[in-house]
Amino acid sequence: MGSTPGMSEAKQKIVGRSVARLEDRPLLLGQGRFAADVSFAGQWSMRVVRSAVAHGKLRGIDASAALAWPGVHAVWTHKDVAHIPPIPFRLTGLKELEPYRQTVLAKDYVRYVGEPVVVVFAADQYVAEDAADLVELDIEPLTPVLDASGATGPFDGTHATEPSVIRKGYGDVEAAFKAAHAVVSLALSTGRHSGVPMETRGAIARYDEGRDILEMHGAAKVPWWNRDHIAQMIGRTRDNMHLYEGHVGGGFGIRGEIYPEDVLVCAAALAFKKPIKWIEDRREHLIAANHSRQQQHNVRAAIDTNGRILAIDNEFFHDNGAYMRTHAATVPDLAAAMLPGPYRVPAYRAIGHIRLTNKTPSGTYRAPGRYESTFVRERLMDAIAAHVGIDGVEIRRRNLIGKSAMPYDLHLDTLGTHIVYDSGDYALLLDKTLAAAGWPELKASLTKRRAAGEKVGAGVAMFVEKSGLGPSDTVRVDVKSNGKIEVVTGVASVGQGVETAMAQIAADALGVDYTDINVIHGQTDRIDTGSGAFASRVTVMCGEATRLASVKLRDRALKLAAELMQTEPGALDIINSEIVRRSGSGASMTLAELAQARPGELSAEDTFLSSHMVYPYGVHIAAVKVDGETGAVAIERYVIGYDVGKAVNPRLVESQIAGGLAQGLGGALLEEFVYDDHGEPLSVTFADYLMPTAREVPAMSILITEDAPSPLNPMGLKGAGEGGANPVGAAIASAIDDALQRPGAVADLPVTPQRLARLLKERPGPL
Amino acid sequence: MKPAPFVRHVPRTLDQALAILSQVAGQDGRILAGGQSLVPIMAFRLAKPAHLIDINEVAGLDQLASDGKMLSIGARVRHAAFHAPVADNRLAALLTYVAHHIAHYPIRMRGTFCGSLAHADPASEWCLTAATLGATMIAMSQRGTREIAAKDFFEGIMATALAEDELLAEVRLPLLASDAKFGFYEFNRRAGDFAMASSLVTYRIVDGKIAEARVGVGGAESAPRRITEAETALNGATPDDDAFRAAAEAARDAIDPLEDHQTDAAYRRDLVRAVVRRALEHSLT
Repeated sequence: MGSTPGMSEAKQKIVGRSVARLEDRPLLLGQGRFAADVSFAGQWSMRVVRSAVAHGKLRGIDASAALAWPGVHAVWTHKDVAHIPPIPFRLTGLKELEPYRQTVLAKDYVRYVGEPVVVVFAADQYVAEDAADLVELDIEPLTPVLDASGATGPFDGTHATEPSVIRKGYGDVEAAFKAAHAVVSLALSTGRHSGVPMETRGAIARYDEGRDILEMHGAAKVPWWNRDHIAQMIGRTRDNMHLYEGHVGGGFGIRGEIYPEDVLVCAAALAFKKPIKWIEDRREHLIAANHSRQQQHNVRAAIDTNGRILAIDNEFFHDNGAYMRTHAATVPDLAAAMLPGPYRVPAYRAIGHIRLTNKTPSGTYRAPGRYESTFVRERLMDAIAAHVGIDGVEIRRRNLIGKSAMPYDLHLDTLGTHIVYDSGDYALLLDKTLAAAGWPELKASLTKRRAAGEKVGAGVAMFVEKSGLGPSDTVRVDVKSNGKIEVVTGVASVGQGVETAMAQIAADALGVDYTDINVIHGQTDRIDTGSGAFASRVTVMCGEATRLASVKLRDRALKLAAELMQTEPGALDIINSEIVRRSGSGASMTLAELAQARPGELSAEDTFLSSHMVYPYGVHIAAVKVDGETGAVAIERYVIGYDVGKAVNPRLVESQIAGGLAQGLGGALLEEFVYDDHGEPLSVTFADYLMPTAREVPAMSILITEDAPSPLNPMGLKGAGEGGANPVGAAIASAIDDALQRPGAVADLPVTPQRLARLLKERPGPL
Repeated sequence: MKPAPFVRHVPRTLDQALAILSQVAGQDGRILAGGQSLVPIMAFRLAKPAHLIDINEVAGLDQLASDGKMLSIGARVRHAAFHAPVADNRLAALLTYVAHHIAHYPIRMRGTFCGSLAHADPASEWCLTAATLGATMIAMSQRGTREIAAKDFFEGIMATALAEDELLAEVRLPLLASDAKFGFYEFNRRAGDFAMASSLVTYRIVDGKIAEARVGVGGAESAPRRITEAETALNGATPDDDAFRAAAEAARDAIDPLEDHQTDAAYRRDLVRAVVRRALEHSLT
């Protein structure tokens, strides 16, 4: 296995290259194993009977007909699970929100259409659904609360409609407004929509009585936290319960949190000593899984004569739905904390009202709080530009935080961390993205077309993302006896390419081919702790932990090999899984031979700790054409600039951005959970809840830059998961305004053709 | 999302199919052809037919033939059959153009022309086609065979003149003149979605003037129909923007618009005006 002298210097790094995904082979060969693919002999199917009433007092349940139905094994109501506490908070769990947590089956009241009230266990899913239809719920209807911005008051029982208010800020806001040259005010809203993965949720629990181990399959996102807390809820410990993640057909923040159904299958598997399988159907998904994004903002900015921001004051109403789920106050907290974005805001105040309504409870969805607050901030920037009478790009340039101000302390906290922008050159990325879009030519051509009667326009939106949430990630790397490498992580894969990215990092650190690396994720029995996959954290946190553990393993391998090869570790190198002498002469040995010679010793574990997040940033540019008769919006151009610090695999970064854009467009133009006046959800199928398809998502140009590597980790990594979605509503709104030549025309998302047509009929008013 | 229990019958002949239908019609027996509408509503348990009569094995129902005057479309003919013109006639070109607007490719491979008409979704492209062109429906039962004119066939949202024991065995569409113009336009929020309004127009140009105008509007009322006010505005006029706008305006005023939670009557009327004008503009391309 001849390796030539000096080759170690010439070793080609694989980090930074767009190599093919390791994940794709099984998926393309139809070997994927998703939740519904998991079955166990003798399993029972679980069907959830959900409230068809938005708000009511639960007076009685008659399940006798269901119980008598052939093939039905059992029926549970709240009294059967009364010993199980409500689902706990994973993030931003304010004390005052605790009374608003959801029990796994409705107790005393039903508070949204879709709330689990009864579960039926039966021989198969068909029988379970037949029997579920026979369960009769006696519900005394109460008036549903559907508006999150009205007067506060009682929700029902001891619950109030406003369980908490988030307050954040710094500086003297009142003084700034007093001293202002002008004040610009807007009332804005974002619509209720959410991540809608192709794979619906699913949970399959099995109790192995002999070993006293409870398993739950179908886990995603945060298996370790869920393992610990489901165990606690049902009276077990983290040692005798395990969660297993299979292939996951999309996460987006909403999949993989603890939901009532996860706890119910686990409790039932224990109670009945039978495997219990639950697979969510699409209608259930659209009314039962977390919603997101619905907020109303009243924002104002104090500005000087040049349009420079002196202060921002924002009061908003977060329509949380009926219960506080695992994310508790996370979304409004992030909205408040991330609103200032890339601009200098000398004084700031945010007041976020968390409001309950009789709708599906909410959680995080890709760029949670930022999709909303970027829309608000960028609408505000456009309004300031219009007020001052200058161009939207120029107003942004004037207010950007300069490169020299980095690191920039925002004087705000979120997710238990202090926000300090670690690095960034916002003006440079703005210039690069405008250049990529051919901005002056684009603007000139749109102006010309408008003169000819077309309603075309372009808009720009900027944002700062957050990523790499700590506090820690641990990784163990082993060389197996066949020379293959196993990287055991505490993260999860929701389809984003974790295996490939971690393999690339480990490959460079170890000196092996990335295809020889097997990355394990989402298996709680393989590593003791794990933080999972959320908040664009995986590549930053787990990536650095993987590098640390791989470097440690390499050092160990060289030390062990040096003993066998009778030389010094420093005289050795690893190239293509072979331990060679740097001198180029003499015998070498493979990692496999070393692993066989020293069984069990080629293993290393390391942990990366981080108390601060890292802050990537981006610019989106949209050009649209509005159909003046129908109100339809067609996207003609879409250009994205995104600084990711260091891209481990640029193609994976681009894919993240592209997918995020599709979802951002959904929220901007198409997707909305609509309710009627009785709280009945109207968007319960894919015919009514409109996801963008290949036909609606435009061709896009994505510019990935690495101008601002993070100083907080050696590779300079920042996350890529959410920058595609974050400012899309803002960019589209800006472009539509431009097309209509009416600053501030778009105040509400999504911009449906109905809404836009109505707007077009109104007379253009002052801003 | 599993359907309620049902019995599936698989007749091999039309007589068998009609015999079973007559037996089970009273127990909500339903014909299963392409299943692209029926199966989803069964999965939602919005429909719980106790019996399905699967006609996919019935001989003879796949006919697609022209006698020089009419095109006959059998109950098993899929939307995809029209992906390319089925005859050397303007009608075939029209059907091909319209077919490409129906839902998505996999649905067109499975769903049937006659099934679409029997289902009678107000937004259906084929229902609009049948209403505009004056199709003749051939309804068969054990009691006999009858012909139903398109104008008498559509009775409302998912409601037709078919009796519960009748099978829509065939639909006949009149062929178009060799100089016939046609135009189609539909507005929907995404490609392949149910149209929020749609229009199909046909006419001839005689001595430079529009003649024999047919203007159909779908998706805007409880059933698609011809709008005579718009046709009157066209007949005798020069085929130009003024005439098209006048016809579109007439259609806008003539309809009784469907409303829903997000779509008010005024917007639906505006959409009708837009789709009629655009269908007419398309007729000149």
